[in-house]
Amino acid sequence: MTPPRKKKMNLKQRYALMTRGLDWETSYQKMDDVFPYDTFEGIKITDWSKWEDPFRLTMDAYWKYQGEKERKLYAVLDSFAQNNGQLGISDARYVNAIKLFLTGVTPLEYQAHRHFAHLGRHIRGVGPRVAAQMQSLDELRHAQTQIHTISHYNKYFDGFAEFPHMHDRVWYLSVPKSFFDDACTAGPFEFFTAISFAFEYVLTNLLFVPFMSGAAYNGDLATVTFGFSAQSDEARHMTLGIEVIKFMLEQHPDNLPIVQKWVDKWFWRGHKMLGLVAMMMDYMLPKRIMSWKEAWEIYFTEAGGALFEDLSRYGLRVPKYADIATEEAEHISHQNWAIFYQYTQAAGFHTWLPTDEEMAWLSEKYPNTFDKYYRPRFEMWREMEAKGERFYNNALPQLCQTCQIPMGYTEPGDPGKIGFRSTEYKGERYHFCSDGCKDIFENEPEKFAQAWLPVHQIFQGNCGGADLGDVLKWYHMDNGADNLDYSGSPDQQQWDAWQAARKKVAN
Amino acid sequence: MAGIVSITLQNNDEARPVIESILEDNPSANANYMPGAVKIDCPERLVVKAESVSERIGRDWDPQEIHLTIVSMGGSLDEDDDELVLSWGA
Repeated sequence: MTPPRKKKMNLKQRYALMTRGLDWETSYQKMDDVFPYDTFEGIKITDWSKWEDPFRLTMDAYWKYQGEKERKLYAVLDSFAQNNGQLGISDARYVNAIKLFLTGVTPLEYQAHRHFAHLGRHIRGVGPRVAAQMQSLDELRHAQTQIHTISHYNKYFDGFAEFPHMHDRVWYLSVPKSFFDDACTAGPFEFFTAISFAFEYVLTNLLFVPFMSGAAYNGDLATVTFGFSAQSDEARHMTLGIEVIKFMLEQHPDNLPIVQKWVDKWFWRGHKMLGLVAMMMDYMLPKRIMSWKEAWEIYFTEAGGALFEDLSRYGLRVPKYADIATEEAEHISHQNWAIFYQYTQAAGFHTWLPTDEEMAWLSEKYPNTFDKYYRPRFEMWREMEAKGERFYNNALPQLCQTCQIPMGYTEPGDPGKIGFRSTEYKGERYHFCSDGCKDIFENEPEKFAQAWLPVHQIFQGNCGGADLGDVLKWYHMDNGADNLDYSGSPDQQQWDAWQAARKKVAN
Repeated sequence: MAGIVSITLQNNDEARPVIESILEDNPSANANYMPGAVKIDCPERLVVKAESVSERIGRDWDPQEIHLTIVSMGGSLDEDDDELVLSWGA
């Protein structure tokens, strides 16, 4: 006789058993000694068991699905490399977007892996602890798959080879690096608010969805595949982000002002950092999917609007300066690309001026701003190029003490005037690009007064020497290959040779 | 716009039956196609029913398989053995 089939547990029972069921209260050590970091920020938690992962993902299911994702991804990557997928992209200018991604974003994935591992040990509640452990593994997977994918491009294109080294030293990469360093040096609840909520939930769509859809549109099969594979973990990370906010707000009313301050801070920091993505979308994709402004409308104004309306029942309001960030969505990509054009000699990717067709697209997408403020500047630079007087800015720029971006942004409501703010702390004057960045400093001056600002470091003699060549050497940037305009670069020469060879075959 | 929930899935063979099921089970849902992915928006609430997907693929579909094709989401989520629900206010 066959024994009766055992009845399977349902998802909720499995989740309870595989998370709660694995935890215990300590007996011979105090809980506060075992979990020393989750109280000093002032967040009050009365009942950790109220936390539940709405996906109810347990470790065994996690391994199963992640294993399947990896098998699929590596089959595509192998095939991309075997079939010389780099020949199929829309244009070699596209590769510069991937250079920015590998040097700017991939090292952050690794930092996220490390810090979620820390939270996966140090959060008292077992629900978020298990979620943080999974996310730690996800982030390591992201860093590894991005490096594997892009290693193929590194065989053919400049600018990739020294990515971790560059991330730690190059001026514009200090923008994402300092963002993450700020989060990792905060307490666990601020880190959750910064990375899981403000970044993963509110802003990550603006990074990954347009980037990966852009890769799909520009024939970059490898990046699409790692991107969507990573993004499939992102829904879980977003869920962690929204759950952590709701959990903090539900646990104690005293948590609201603390959380609000963090939401304000990290929204603003994230908005400034994503200006790099704005520029990538509007200027660096040869075939464009949507403008930064359109992406902002879908993912912040619409999706963020629904989110903050929902969270208003806890008293949480829309992040401070959200209106200014929305106004800046009309300007930020143009201003950032102009900064990189002027400093192309010190950038680890190539720059160019938009073509007539691209400028027509920008006029259409930015009817209020492009023709009035930005087209004339690009046309003037184009004329200068034609006369053999390509404009390089040879002065080192003043940087914002908080976001570390050169002070090239304009005043809210007055795009003809550069914005400057400053404040004094312990007898020294500190400078900022905006009220948002100044507020952040004034809330934590001890922290931000210590910022490692690339320009200050160059002037102090800490970056390899006094002239551009010395600094580039210290950056491990190959002068004449990694930097300067796309036009005339080794990347372009190689791409043109490939295209010529293809024409020969076609004839 | 307030009250919209959304789910973004890859536009591939594995996700297609899921996309079809969502559009059939949520008559107010609206699909926006972009290269490589589909963003489905719906006012207030959106449900992914395991039964609908299973019917289309001819085998039992576990809602956790959504992890293989999901790209992004907006709203609060709740998942059990039969369905996955996105809504606000939960």
